[in-house]
Amino acid sequence: MRKTLTALVAAAMTLGAAPVMAELVVPNLSYRTGPYAANGIPYADGFNDYFTLLNERDGGIGGEMIKSPECETAYNTEKGVECYEATKGEGALAYNPLSTGITYQLIPKMAEDGITLYTPGYGRTSAANGKVFKWVFNYPANYWDGASVAVKYLMDQNGGSLEGKKIALVYHNSAYGKEPIRTLEELSKKHGFTLSTLPVDHPGQEQKSQWLQIRREKPDYVIMYGWGVMNQVAIQEAVNIRFPMENFIGIWWSGSENDVQAAGDKATGYKALSFHGTGMDYPVYADMKKYVVDTGKASGAGDQVGTMLYSRGMYAAIIISEAIRKAQELAGKSAVNAAEVRDGFENLDLTEARLVELGLPDFSQPIKASCENHGGPGAARVFQWDAASKKWNAASDWITSDKDVLDPLIAEDSAAFAKESGIEERCK
Amino acid sequence: MFYREAGDFKTSYSEDGQTFPIKFDRLRFYAVLAVAFGVIPLFINDYWANAVAVPFLIYAIAAIGLNILVGYAGQVSLGTGGFMAVGAYAVYKLMTAFPEVSIFIHVILAGLITAAVGVVFGLPSLRIKGFYLAVATLAAQFFLVWLFNKVPWFYNYSASGQINAPERTVFGVFVTGAQTSAMAKYMFCLVILTLVALVARNLTRGTVGRKWMAIRDMDIAAEIIGVNPLTTKLTAFAVSSFFIGIAGALFFAVYLGAAEVGESFGIQKSFLILFMVIIGGLGSIFGSFAGAAFLVLLPVFLKNVLVGTLGWPTDLAAHIELMIVGGLIVVFLIAEPHGIAQLWRVAKEKLRLWPFPH
Repeated sequence: MRKTLTALVAAAMTLGAAPVMAELVVPNLSYRTGPYAANGIPYADGFNDYFTLLNERDGGIGGEMIKSPECETAYNTEKGVECYEATKGEGALAYNPLSTGITYQLIPKMAEDGITLYTPGYGRTSAANGKVFKWVFNYPANYWDGASVAVKYLMDQNGGSLEGKKIALVYHNSAYGKEPIRTLEELSKKHGFTLSTLPVDHPGQEQKSQWLQIRREKPDYVIMYGWGVMNQVAIQEAVNIRFPMENFIGIWWSGSENDVQAAGDKATGYKALSFHGTGMDYPVYADMKKYVVDTGKASGAGDQVGTMLYSRGMYAAIIISEAIRKAQELAGKSAVNAAEVRDGFENLDLTEARLVELGLPDFSQPIKASCENHGGPGAARVFQWDAASKKWNAASDWITSDKDVLDPLIAEDSAAFAKESGIEERCK
Repeated sequence: MFYREAGDFKTSYSEDGQTFPIKFDRLRFYAVLAVAFGVIPLFINDYWANAVAVPFLIYAIAAIGLNILVGYAGQVSLGTGGFMAVGAYAVYKLMTAFPEVSIFIHVILAGLITAAVGVVFGLPSLRIKGFYLAVATLAAQFFLVWLFNKVPWFYNYSASGQINAPERTVFGVFVTGAQTSAMAKYMFCLVILTLVALVARNLTRGTVGRKWMAIRDMDIAAEIIGVNPLTTKLTAFAVSSFFIGIAGALFFAVYLGAAEVGESFGIQKSFLILFMVIIGGLGSIFGSFAGAAFLVLLPVFLKNVLVGTLGWPTDLAAHIELMIVGGLIVVFLIAEPHGIAQLWRVAKEKLRLWPFPH
């Protein structure tokens, strides 16, 4: 039995994985199944569609076609490892696994294999320190930036002081959700608010007790670090206890259309951060419609175009394609390898003028990466949900995080990692 | 004709008491060992090691552990994930606290720590049985996961609650950390699995195993003929947890390299390993291997066929894969309620007579 199976697997493998070296390979480790599918699908669609657009409109990047083999991880670390091993042999240039758990596994592996790990807005926060993390990039913003931006926004709302206010953090009880706790503790010392933390276990369908506690403690504000089905449940529970929606702020992973629509009209006023714009009001969507949607080449069901997480998947694809473009420019050839693409990420200079060229004016903040800086500007914007028009409206301008608090924390955490793994600091 | 149990005469007690007394079984065992140690390491690459071989070996260890408890001693347990977590966190604390000690010793120590924890959670088995015991072990599962999430000492106060395996070597070869080669990972797990399987096989053939089976078949009768239920049940919990702890330690240190308790050692893991034991065959060491192979290889195989060869969309393939695996489990258990091990027993029965049945 075992032997026959093994033989069959061997046969399937040789049929399935024929390496094609002539293309630029950027695997898409996505999840379209499981409790996180509602968020995974739009992201994966946006990621795929942008590369399809480049292939159809421009013939790829610098004349090289892009191939983005998709692999289903179901947000599960074991399947993520399998996907990574299955796709890396095809000559993968960069990975964007959209899971903090998978990211933690891949950080040492990919440094060893020499492939770039790009984790926009998630993953290991201290990877922003390029001196320690050579192969990881997490610009434009990370979890700690998110916590700091949320607190800064609340300070603005309260005339510059949060003295004596109560803030509750509702978080996914995993590496992802625990990340902002340290930062928020530091910020609560600095600004004098009290912080209470409420963990929600995977997958997050059961949150009655957490929201009962919020009802009892009556915090002034609730910040949420949730993902997948947890977001929908939390917003519904907040509606149920009549928590004022405008005092409820989600990180960028807790702010998609799918998260708020389940709660209906009552979700109006819910706020979420984002490090990029959303909606269909960008010129790039004219091309997207012409080359991708209307020709039937759109990824998935094609119904997610322009949504918040679609925009974010597209944003990740834009950064990766811009990094490849930079790598081609630096290497002076179009068929770049993984090491050259890393140099492209490190020398990336995404200006507002370039964003306008791409058809995305004011879509996000400019990024100028360097050897030390893999973390980007750390700016985000607050968006507010309007259930009547089913739209996220910008509720603030770009807010930059409090680097005075974050930089020492990043230095401390990355130093601990460097010591643990015996890494010499670079960029001297 | 092909499988002969008779006519294999022994002239000494030690020959009669060896691990595989029947010649055919022994040859088959040597052949499997030769392939596993001599052939596979030459061809193994990163994909085969990380996606197929290493998870199979580790799940086989866990399945043997659980099979001792459920299959041999008849004590239902849903705490496997929690006990694997104990092994993982124990090896992590040992690796970071005593970096100079060999990882091999740490893995064994992690198993012993898990055995101690298993005995504590096995105490209720003296009073409660069957489904009630399952609920008690379920409590162990949730308590242990909660504990490793709640107490920062277990994850060395890291900001994210993740544990990361530092690099460790055996005879100068990396077996944990990013520099580990596919072969080193495979060999390290294979050596431990071989030891575990031999120990388990011999335990189940001897006094200890017979006591477990007596308790399983009828505890009151066993007690009357002089089997002490206290020591018997607790040794079953200890030995089972020892193996499961080793599996958890390898799962974290060698296979994943980084883990977080809720995701890697949740209740799904307990069910997965219980399914392996049930599909493979309760009360059979071979069954543990067969069950682990079935549930590790089949999803990978289906995925490669559906996505790799047929080119289906990944979400459709993932859903179909769940349906096929689930359907096969049901079909399998209806067709052969005693698992894959029973199929092998029936095959032996046939081979004994073939080609001249009565």
